[in-house]
Order: sequence, then structure tokens, then C-alpha cells
Amino acid sequence: MDVVNEILQTILSGISIGCVYGLVALGFVLIFKATEVINFAQGELLMLGAFISYSLIAMLNFPYWAALLATIFVMGFLGMLLERTVLRSLVGEPVYAIVIVTIGMSFFFRSAVSMIPGWGTDTYGFRTPFTEKIVRAGELVISWEYLAIILITTALILVLFSFFRYTRIGTAMRATSQNQLAAVYMGISVTRVFSLTWTIAAALGGIGGILLSPITFVHMNMGFIGLKAFPAAVLGGFGSLPGAIVGGVIIGVTESLAGFYLPEGWKDIAAWIILIGVLIIRPQGLFGIQEKKKV
Amino acid sequence: MRFIMKTNYYQDIRLFKYRSTFFWYLALVSGSLILPLLLDEYLISQLTFICMYAVAAMGLMLLTGYTGQVSMGHAAFFAIGSYTSAILTSKGVPFILALPAAGILAGVVGILIGRPILHLTGLYLAIATMGFAFIVDEILIRWESLTRGNMGFYVKPPSIGSLIFDTEIRFYYLSLVILILTLFAARNILRSPTGRAMIAIRDSEVAAQAMGINLAKFKTIAFALSAFFTGVAGSLYAHKLFFINPESYTIILSIELLAMVIIGGLGSLHGAVFGAAFFIFLPQVIIMTRDYMPVYLQNQTGLEPALFGLLIILVMLFEPMGIYGRWLKTKYYFEMFPLYKKDSFKREKKYQKAERR
Repeated sequence: MDVVNEILQTILSGISIGCVYGLVALGFVLIFKATEVINFAQGELLMLGAFISYSLIAMLNFPYWAALLATIFVMGFLGMLLERTVLRSLVGEPVYAIVIVTIGMSFFFRSAVSMIPGWGTDTYGFRTPFTEKIVRAGELVISWEYLAIILITTALILVLFSFFRYTRIGTAMRATSQNQLAAVYMGISVTRVFSLTWTIAAALGGIGGILLSPITFVHMNMGFIGLKAFPAAVLGGFGSLPGAIVGGVIIGVTESLAGFYLPEGWKDIAAWIILIGVLIIRPQGLFGIQEKKKV
Repeated sequence: MRFIMKTNYYQDIRLFKYRSTFFWYLALVSGSLILPLLLDEYLISQLTFICMYAVAAMGLMLLTGYTGQVSMGHAAFFAIGSYTSAILTSKGVPFILALPAAGILAGVVGILIGRPILHLTGLYLAIATMGFAFIVDEILIRWESLTRGNMGFYVKPPSIGSLIFDTEIRFYYLSLVILILTLFAARNILRSPTGRAMIAIRDSEVAAQAMGINLAKFKTIAFALSAFFTGVAGSLYAHKLFFINPESYTIILSIELLAMVIIGGLGSLHGAVFGAAFFIFLPQVIIMTRDYMPVYLQNQTGLEPALFGLLIILVMLFEPMGIYGRWLKTKYYFEMFPLYKKDSFKREKKYQKAERR
């Protein structure tokens, strides 16, 4: 019984970390689908979200849920601002140039955070309604912090799903990601769609930040989690929204099992070994669709 | 603007397009030979780093700029080169053998890695190579009996015969010679059938295949060549720093190499050198401007990386084709002098037509 519990516990914590990977991966996928750009600053957006929620909760004494909402708005606004000021002027330029711009943004954010008064290079934490609370299910002891991540992510996926499925602008976004030219002909404002994409991606990063901070705490190198979200997104097929979350969960669980049962060092590379294995067998990822090569 | 009437096909693949180009390159080489006599030790060592990174960037340029295969794992080849050379020289192998050995081992690993992931394209290839770099980095940390793990590895200054490269000037000349050899080799590879096959693959895989180019073969060759040059650069790097540990070869290095190639200008050998110079000199310039900043900013450790990030964004915003693109435009401006139009290089902004699901 103990062994089963142990495994379940490990898997559960893996799933919750995986959900955060999934959220970051979702940001990658959204931006990639709309603009064909990989946003290297996605992890840094998560870090910014974590810092903003930290200031709101620990410095301004916001309640948790209000802080969550405020973080979503602030990050969404920041995403829109980034798109307006930096990325819009690059529409139509070679994709790799835009990718380098996002790399530049990630350098900039990571260092800029350390310069803002009150943030700096230290590690911070804040209290959430879930701190030090646990749920018992039989012998299984689950921390609310982990459970909250899973629940909030699930809710978020449902919201996003219905947004893309049932709203006009969601449909417009799907259309744009399929064929931009056709979308323009249909009267969709592609620039507005891009703007909205960045808004949503940044907001997702912010949510990821606030969810992750009770577990890893808030610090300037949080953004490196974005590197773990890459395999998650690729595993899911980099173009499929549910794939991103599933990929994230697979990576999270693998990592947490490898960290528990395999010798030290395997934890960090287990995800990559799985990724390379999957790519060799299925180059388009688990949920990707094999595209026909066009001349 | 000069026009040459071509009378045979070999004129297309000559090493130098015009006779005057050869002269200018000769002037550049002699300039860089005299330069260290005028500079202080610190600046010479920065120049050495430019030569070194330019060799590595050249490797990546062959793969990314000329074959169109993005790699985000070149730190791994760099690390393999460094460690091979460090371990071999510590076992008494002369540097003159260790240097090519570093490149060859990196090249062999490049083949082993390149072969199974050849059918990946674009983004997937980038991520797979990134994963490979993570795995190599972890191996370097864990294989302590060979690499001494995180403790790091001390490296002797290189020597050829009785000539020891232990001063900044000597090491600079060593790196410069290797950079020139690399440039010469790369230029020659590019005008050979192999190089032209690589360029064909970049421009269109389908068209290249239709022309009878074996995709798998030439992609593997590109991977091997690229890894070879990067490995050689890694070997130089180890001998320059005297001390290496796995922390120097993280994903940041891979990203920096890729950024070097793109900022320099994809698809040009000049670009590799420009990119390396940009990455080495810009931080120096930022440090120099530090004294003129407000006091609050002066005391921030994050100031330099932040400004560096900002400058990368600005350079790409104003010159998406990289520094080489700007160079071409400037050259064109003077060649065409009164006739240059602002829109000569203007690209049509277009919406992507790719059909994706």
C-alpha cells in the first residue's frame, strides 16, 4: 500500500507541475499557431506574472483571488503593449528575426526585474489560501497547493476551449491560424488577432506564474521553466492546444518519477530523452498532424 | 556598380568575385596582423574571443545559414571540442593533434546525432538538438572520472613544438590563423558541389531532391562539418580560459551562438564574424557607458544584460536582415551613389499563406 501511495503522490505532484509546463506551452503554441513565431520570452512572462502577484499580495495586501485577476489583467495589458510596440512592426519580416527579438526580450526582462525596487535578485514567497492545507483521501495526503494548480488549470482549459469554440473572435483566431490570407479576405483583422494572441499568451504566463510561485517561490530565474515547456509543446505537436497540456503533464510526471526513482541527474534529462525518442518515431509530435510537403 | 561579362561557368564560383576583393581581404588580414601591436592586453584578449566565437559561428552558419537546419544544441559540440582537447593535452598528446581531434570527435558526434533526426524540420529540429545539448551537459557533469564534473578541469596553454602560446598576443595570432583557415575552408566548401548542394537544400528540399541531391547524405555532411568547426572553436576556448567546467556550456551558449549567426546576417560568412564581434564588443561598450548613467542604474548588476537584451531587440527591429544586411545596403548606397533609393531593399510585407490545421 505504501508503495502505491508513494507512486500516486509522485504522479500527482508531477501532474501539477506538468500543468504549469502545459500553461507555458499553451502560450508558445498560441503564439506559434497565430504568427509562426516561437516566443522565447514566454518563461519570462511567467516570471513577471509571479513578481506582479508577489507585489500585489505581499506588499499591497491584495486577497489571493483579486491578485490573480489583477495579474491576469496587468499581464494581458503587457502582452498587448509588447505586440503593439515591438512585434507589430516586424510582421512580414523573416521569422528568425522575430525569434531573436523574443530572445532579446527574455534577456531584458530577466535583468530588468532585478533592477526594479522591491523585486531584486532575492527569492520571495507569499501566502496563498492553499498554503499548509492538505486533503486526505484514504492514505493519500494531497497538498492543496498542488490540487489548486490542477483545478485552476482545468478550469482555464475549459474557458479557453469554449472561447475558441463558441465566440466570434475565437473562431476568427482559429481561421487566422489556418490561413492568414483567407482570413484577411473574410474581413478578419489579422493585426487585432495577433494582438489578442499576445494578450492571451501573456495572461496565461501570468497565471502560470501565480500558480507556480508557492512551489518554486518567486525569483528572477523562474523563467527558465520555459525551457521545460518546449519539450511539452513539441511532444503535444506544437500546434495543438490540448496537446500542449497533455505534453506538459507527461513531461511533469516523467520528471517527478525520474527524480524520485532514478539516480541524481536523470530528473533534468528524462524529459528530453522522451522527447527525442518521440520525435524520432513521430516527427510531428503526439497530437500533430503530418503536413504534406508543398513545392 | 560593376558588371562583369561572364564567359565561362567557373566565373560563378571563383573564390573572389573581383580582383579588388582579393586586395581588400589581403589588407584586412594584414591589418588584423598589425592590430595587436597597437592595443593593450585586455583588448587583444577580446579580439581573440571574437576569432574563437567567429569560428564557432561559422560552423553554425554552414548548418543554419547555408543548409537551413536550425540547431539550438551547438553548445554541446563546443563542449565536446573543449573537453576532448583538454583531456587529450592533459594526457600528453600535443596540441597540434588535439585540436583537429577535438573537431573530428565533435564531427563524429554530429553525424551520430544528425543522422536519426534528419527528417525533423525547423522548430522540431531546433528543440531536438536543444535536448541533445541538455543531455551532453548532464553527461559532462556526471562522468566525473573523465571530466571531473562540476569541479572543473584545468587546461595547459597550448604549444606547438617549442612555441608556447602563453601570452595574449601569441594566442591571438593562433586564433587568427585558425579563423582565417576556417574562413578559407568554409568559402571553399561553399563553392564545391557539397556546398552548392547544401544551399539547394536550404532553398527548397523538394527542388534539391529533384535535382538528384541525396538529402540525408548532404544534411549529415552539413551537420558533421558544422560540428567540426564548432568543436575546433571549443578546443581554442578551453585553452584560452585554462579552466573549463560544464557551466560554461549551457543552453545560453547555444542561444547566443544562434543569435550571433542571425544578428550577423544569415547566409553570409561575413555575418558569422560580424555576429561574433557584436556579441563580444557590445558588452564592452555598455560597460564603458556605465559611468554616464544615473547613479541608481550604475549600481545595478543587471544593467549590462538588460541593455544588451534591449540592443538586440533594437538591432533586429531596425535591421531584420542582420548586420550583413546593413553592410550590403551601405555598400550598395555608395556604389549607386546618387541613385540609391530608400526602398531599394524594401520587402513586401506579406501574410503567411501556409495552410495549417
